[in-house]
Amino acid sequence: MTALLRAEGVTKAFGGVQALQDCTVEVEQGTIAGLIGPNGSGKTTLFNIMTGYERVDAGDVYLGHRKITNQRPQRVFALGIGRTFQLTRIFPRLTVLENMLIATQHRSGRARNPLARAGGRAERQRALGMLEFTGIAGHAGALADTLSYGQRKLLELSYVLVADPAIVLLDEPAGGVNPSLIQHLAGRIRELNAAGTTFLIVEHNMDFVMGLCGHVTVLDYGTVVAAGPPGIIRSDPKVLDAYLGVAEEDDDAGAR
Amino acid sequence: MTTRPGNGAIQRGGGTLAALAVVAVLAVFPLAVTNATVTTIAVDTLVFAAAAVAWNIFSGYSGYISLGHAVFFGTGAYTVGIAARAWHLDGDTVFALLPLAGGVAAALSVPLGLIALRVRRHTFVVITIAFFFIAQLAATNLSWTGGSSGILAPSPNWDATTFNDPFYYVGLALLVAATAASWLIRGSRFGLQLRAIRDDEDRAAGLGVRPMPVKLAAFVISAIVTGMAGGLWFYFIGQAIPQFAFDPLFDLSVVVMAFFGGLGTLSGPLLGALIIEPAQQWLTLHYTNEYLSEILLGALFLAVILGLPRGVIPTAAEKIAALRARRRSVPAREAVPQAGRAGQAAP
Repeated sequence: MTALLRAEGVTKAFGGVQALQDCTVEVEQGTIAGLIGPNGSGKTTLFNIMTGYERVDAGDVYLGHRKITNQRPQRVFALGIGRTFQLTRIFPRLTVLENMLIATQHRSGRARNPLARAGGRAERQRALGMLEFTGIAGHAGALADTLSYGQRKLLELSYVLVADPAIVLLDEPAGGVNPSLIQHLAGRIRELNAAGTTFLIVEHNMDFVMGLCGHVTVLDYGTVVAAGPPGIIRSDPKVLDAYLGVAEEDDDAGAR
Repeated sequence: MTTRPGNGAIQRGGGTLAALAVVAVLAVFPLAVTNATVTTIAVDTLVFAAAAVAWNIFSGYSGYISLGHAVFFGTGAYTVGIAARAWHLDGDTVFALLPLAGGVAAALSVPLGLIALRVRRHTFVVITIAFFFIAQLAATNLSWTGGSSGILAPSPNWDATTFNDPFYYVGLALLVAATAASWLIRGSRFGLQLRAIRDDEDRAAGLGVRPMPVKLAAFVISAIVTGMAGGLWFYFIGQAIPQFAFDPLFDLSVVVMAFFGGLGTLSGPLLGALIIEPAQQWLTLHYTNEYLSEILLGALFLAVILGLPRGVIPTAAEKIAALRARRRSVPAREAVPQAGRAGQAAP
């Protein structure tokens, strides 16, 4: 079976820092996959490469059978990969609804009148529907700048989802979010997954990852040290080493 | 924009009425006021208002501050001058060259945009300033621009008593067209993409916005209107010399007008131009020291940046919205702090 999203042998260095070294990560269609690892292990760099924000030094990225290596972010998005950022990025001087309408524009092809008023009735309905789903529809008319931190996270998730991507990459969706909102998020992700959306989640909250994900990949110093179901990952000695830093493993890590 | 939620339809209707009223007043203005000094200031104001609105279509909506729009203004001026001389045009027919002025400015804006729009923020600003100096030097040194003595406009052949009227009405038409374009763009899909780029260009790209074509389109549209304004200004003044056709004060004035009224708003640059340009002209006429108006312009810029960084229109709109919200929510006491917070937190 071909994975929906696959990074194959991806290598990336920033100056002397080897961020990713021959890194292969696969996400199967219809799953919720997790990507974990200590700080600086290359998780966000891998996200950036998958979504066109960074270029690879070597290796390739595939969406299904299509090679999308080094495509620009707008192209990657149009092909069906949506993402959120670790430091939530919204459009502060636009209203919440306008934030949503940016993402809805590419849904029905590109041959559209650019001077048509932004957001037809159907688009607005869809955007409001998604805001209902995530629970911030009450703020649709407010400037995005007035939202709280948690609401911003929900908005970013909403406008990525409204474009109906095949796969969504979430960079620390539960970071800095209160426990009840984390539960809310997890519920929404499960619901969307049941409806067919595939997820790849970077997260430090282990309960969140292990509870949601059917498959977890562990990165350390830019390489995959383990991959498998959460039950096995949880007890894998290499994973514990990566997180706790056992002394004898330090020579291995010297690869960086 | 901050006041849109709620009674948007009513406000939009009110806005249309207000716009029609303003256009009507401006249309009969030369009939009521025939003093040549006043109408001269009026023509000048219309030219600058059109240029400020045009500048705002690009810089206000996209957040890319251009200090090189004088390139397009001067290009329009020289285009009309050179074309009128080459084709021996005079009288009304010179006005027919304005679309050409816009076209040449647009043609020039494409390569300039492709270069400058690769970079952001301060680097972009510096590159536009560099373009400006290149253009001014080129106008001084090229063989076909008339060098430092510039180029003369053909003499208008109409009656001296209503001399300013044709310029006035062409200027008004240009201003109305520019404002209509700005309004159309602001509410459109294209305008939303521009404003998304202003807030976070990379995030916008990650939601399918193609930044370069969007920015370039706005840059070109802005250049067209600025070029036409330059062409009209040239015919009105009667002469283009490099340091006035490509004038750093043009850039500064347009930026101050837009910032004063409200960067990125529809009516802000219009309001800014309608207040600042006549004030500048009047000061220049009444005080023989021509630098007074420039000093005051600088002082005003300082005052706006320090005191009203977002401009008159957004600040006023916010105050009115906050006031309304307070009045509406007097019975429901818990709503009051909410309204206050919304007003404060808006950028």
